Amino acid sequence: MERVTTSPTKARIIKVSGPLVVAEGMEKARMYDMVRVGRMGLIGEIIEIKEDKASIQVYEETSGLGPGEPVETTMAPLSVELGPGLMSGIYDGIQRPLDIIRDKTGSYITRGITLPAVNRRKKWDFVPLVKKGDKVRAGDILGTVQETPLVIHKVLVPTGIEGEIRVIKKGKFTVTQTIAKVKTVSGLKEIRMLQKWPVRMERMVQKKLPPETPLVTGQRVIDTFFPVAKGGTACIPGPFGSGKTVILHCIAAWADAQIIVYIGCGERGNEMTDVLLEFPKLKDPKTGRPLIERTIMIANTSNMPVAAREASIYTGITIAEYYRDMGYNVAVMADSTSRWAEALREISGRLEEMPGEEGYPAYLGTRIAEFYERAGRVICQGTKNREGTLTVMGAVSPPGGDLSDPVVQATLRTVKVFWALEDRLAYMRHFPAINWLNSYSLYLDNIEGYLGKEIASDWMKLRNIAMAILQEEDSLQEIVRLVGREALSSREQLVLETSKSIREDYLMQDAFHEIDVYAPLAKQYRMLRVILELHRSSKHALEKEVPLEKLLTLKVKERIDRMKYIEKKNMKEFDSIEKELKREIESLVERKE
Amino acid sequence: MVKEYLTISHIAGPLILVEETSGITYGEIAEIELATKEVRRGKVLEVTGDKALVQLFEGTTGLNVYQARVRFLGKGIELGVSTDLLGRIFDGLGRPIDGGPKIIPEKRIDINGNPINPTARDYPTEFIQTGISAIDGMNTLVRGQKLPIFSGAGLPHPQIAAQIARQARVLGKEEKFAVIFAAMGITFEEANYFITDFRRTGAIERAVLFVNLADDPAIERIATPRMALTCAEYLAFEKDMHVLVILTDMTNYANALREISAARKEVPGRRGYPGYMYTDLSTIYERAGRIKGKAGSITQIPILTMPEDDKTHPIPDLTGYITEGQIILSRPLHRKGVYPPIDVLPSLSRLKEKGVGKDKTREDHGDVTNQLFACYARGKEAKELAIILGEAALTELDKLYAKFSDKFEEEFLAQGEEENRSIEETLDLGWKLLTIIPTSDLKRIRDEYIKKYLKQSNQ
Ligand SMILES: Nc1ncnc2c1ncn2[C@@H]1O[C@H](COP(=O)(O)OP(=O)(O)OP(=O)(O)O)[C@@H](O)[C@H]1O
Ligand SMILES: [Mg+2]
Repeated sequence: MERVTTSPTKARIIKVSGPLVVAEGMEKARMYDMVRVGRMGLIGEIIEIKEDKASIQVYEETSGLGPGEPVETTMAPLSVELGPGLMSGIYDGIQRPLDIIRDKTGSYITRGITLPAVNRRKKWDFVPLVKKGDKVRAGDILGTVQETPLVIHKVLVPTGIEGEIRVIKKGKFTVTQTIAKVKTVSGLKEIRMLQKWPVRMERMVQKKLPPETPLVTGQRVIDTFFPVAKGGTACIPGPFGSGKTVILHCIAAWADAQIIVYIGCGERGNEMTDVLLEFPKLKDPKTGRPLIERTIMIANTSNMPVAAREASIYTGITIAEYYRDMGYNVAVMADSTSRWAEALREISGRLEEMPGEEGYPAYLGTRIAEFYERAGRVICQGTKNREGTLTVMGAVSPPGGDLSDPVVQATLRTVKVFWALEDRLAYMRHFPAINWLNSYSLYLDNIEGYLGKEIASDWMKLRNIAMAILQEEDSLQEIVRLVGREALSSREQLVLETSKSIREDYLMQDAFHEIDVYAPLAKQYRMLRVILELHRSSKHALEKEVPLEKLLTLKVKERIDRMKYIEKKNMKEFDSIEKELKREIESLVERKE
Repeated sequence: MVKEYLTISHIAGPLILVEETSGITYGEIAEIELATKEVRRGKVLEVTGDKALVQLFEGTTGLNVYQARVRFLGKGIELGVSTDLLGRIFDGLGRPIDGGPKIIPEKRIDINGNPINPTARDYPTEFIQTGISAIDGMNTLVRGQKLPIFSGAGLPHPQIAAQIARQARVLGKEEKFAVIFAAMGITFEEANYFITDFRRTGAIERAVLFVNLADDPAIERIATPRMALTCAEYLAFEKDMHVLVILTDMTNYANALREISAARKEVPGRRGYPGYMYTDLSTIYERAGRIKGKAGSITQIPILTMPEDDKTHPIPDLTGYITEGQIILSRPLHRKGVYPPIDVLPSLSRLKEKGVGKDKTREDHGDVTNQLFACYARGKEAKELAIILGEAALTELDKLYAKFSDKFEEEFLAQGEEENRSIEETLDLGWKLLTIIPTSDLKRIRDEYIKKYLKQSNQ
């Protein structure tokens, strides 16, 4: 973020209140422009204008700032830098590179630092995909750069440019060197790999399409029961310690997206460190490359300036849109959107706006909806009708885990998937602590076709049977609590047995077990099929008057307990379990007959 | 020459408004001299034009609009640090109260600190043995963690904190370490308990105490934990020490925060606490951790009393959202006479996964913890069922689980205040209790460990 133009310096601070600064003499000020505040040149953004007075949210700690100090406006909105070199990076809420800041200033973040987000010196090998004379328009791919071994960066014609290629280069360039010249109606335009985009503005697409493939996360409870689609939206509310971050980390690591943008928004420093230290070690299942090569992190931890936290989710999602525009499947996780909303509330309070529910500003719902609206499966700009998807998942941290919280409610009005975390499950160490009765996904119909084709035609059928068993368990438990287990019929007791197996052998998944952490769809399908096959044939055996006790103590159950730990390469193990299961039950039935 | 202002126009709660000022900056420190020559300290909360809003740490009692003189010092509030701080006792604003000599500081540091760059952090992984089974076995503490104790009025959190401070050590290492104790609004008796205990065990030699008592100025508590953490950062990251910071009671801290917010007439959040309390608390709790390339570390044990034992009250709630787990004390266990009355089921150490296992504690640790959790949870459920339906309604297996949960409380959770169990003792005790449950039901433990350890403890 270099200083662009500066207005005459008659603009002066008249008030400092935490992250909010008011300046007068700001006739030139435009809404959402970036400004430099005070002698330290702190970065801020104009968020309200009243005559010549502008309210500025400052992205850095404001202590030591006082009335009379100058304010300069840059006449440009808060923007992110886009170009090769973002991948594997870690940035604060306004895209300052934290790793480089550390090299420059040491272990603590100090103030007034400005550094380019994208490396200016590094040379990239640019391979052109167009030739002189080609007609191009915004969104067309000019060429590519191998950004990391996992990601090919596609250099796009910037928005607003359309015309004929006059010059196209090949070879090694920095991001600020010209790689192409395009003749447009308004003259010859030079194109560089480095581009900018204002964070609060959604990047343009040709059109939005309904999502139709699942984002495979490898988490059984999600993929099987409450899937999110590529291009969809999901939220995961829950009290502290219920497992929001662990799930988002697992998804960031294992989901079949090509690009991950992880936004740590007002959460713990150590959690970002965890990603930084783990992702270089975790390997992409397809290529064996370290996962960090497809990951970008935005880290504005709880103790970092609160206004930059407000900006962080926009910084993250704009970068994500940029990669989506290249035609990638991108997934964004924001942990936690509640902390973002609180930042919004704090600024709103200092602006003395009329508070709404719980002190949040009246526009909270709109802002949340705008954020999630940036997700989608889209036809990107450009002549080639490339398809890209952007999936957005947000953690929500309601006070006391109470779902009537305004942030939860506004989020639920927008998103299509609800993963309801429950502390009761977390206490029982049932992880992921996603409640199977309250959660929902509105994408089941969208993706049913895909799963039927790709995995098995009876996928959805099995899912629904399993769900019905879990629901029946809930009402049976009620009876057990009132009158004891004896009151149940054998068939009902079998339902309890099977639902327990679904819960313990299927839904529970250990994020810290090297094999269990990720279950491919094929494995999920086989696991569920085994459990339900056992249920079906046990029910049949009951009808043939095999005593329940016999069915509860089958030997094959031990193998079912351990199905989770079957490796991908040993999938035939499932055939053998199914065979043993049939044999064992058949022999019980035969002895009876 | 520092300018003096006699222009206070307004006093409300702990706040004063000073007018006709110039050159004042946000966050700077002010000295207010009363007619009695008493000098109090304050901090600028807001500057608007020529008006400065100042929060007085020692309160506004006895302040007169016309007589008090205000001087602004042009810098934030600071702590003078040196290794001579060790062994000393200070008030909540860092002034010695033990009658010892004045500290000649090596340097002065702004107590607000700066956020640690996430890329500079090193992940906490070293197991700290506290000698308390409920913690070591079930909710393991690691070096650099922030693990609060959620307590209630009258529960023995001082004893537990003191026991941790006495016994905590990292296996196989002899390193420089220090204990920093920050008291906020606690009773003289409670503070004295710690001081006496530190003296008795000689721990005082490597301790620094910042003490703000219940009858000390409430607003001073805003500064106390920051004093303590500034001292901790100095000792940990400049003097290579492993520092354990005990902050008690964070509830009093939060109440002081609420008092200021109310005086400013801010829109109150839940139960009157300000909407920014999460952020404010995080600037305290996030000052724990390890930093790459530095030998020392800061481990934090904040203590808070939950109003009405309610975990969803904003103070424990927001704390739990920031810290890396929580140790929850239970009144029913306390009534049963279990010391320490740690309710292990809702307690949690989020960093334990990386701190336990082979080469750290013992290979079977993770599995044993999971199994003990599962058995205890099931046992408690069975006991609840028995209360509703009668003992007879329980299956034989459920009766075993019920028995397990009783034994678990009596033998595993309960231990003496002076009892320092090694991690082996804790784990072996766990195995011994697991013999109550049929081996076929021990599904959370790998067979190899069952073979190796279950047999042993049967002998
Ligand atoms: N899938 C899982 N497998 C094993 N353990 C888990 C799993 N999910 C959560 N846990 C346990 O729960 C703890 C808390 O999880 P996590 O940090 O994700 O909670 P959270 O909901 O993000 O809390 P907060 O709102 O305070 O950030 C973890 O440290 C871990 O011990
Ligand atoms: Mg979390």
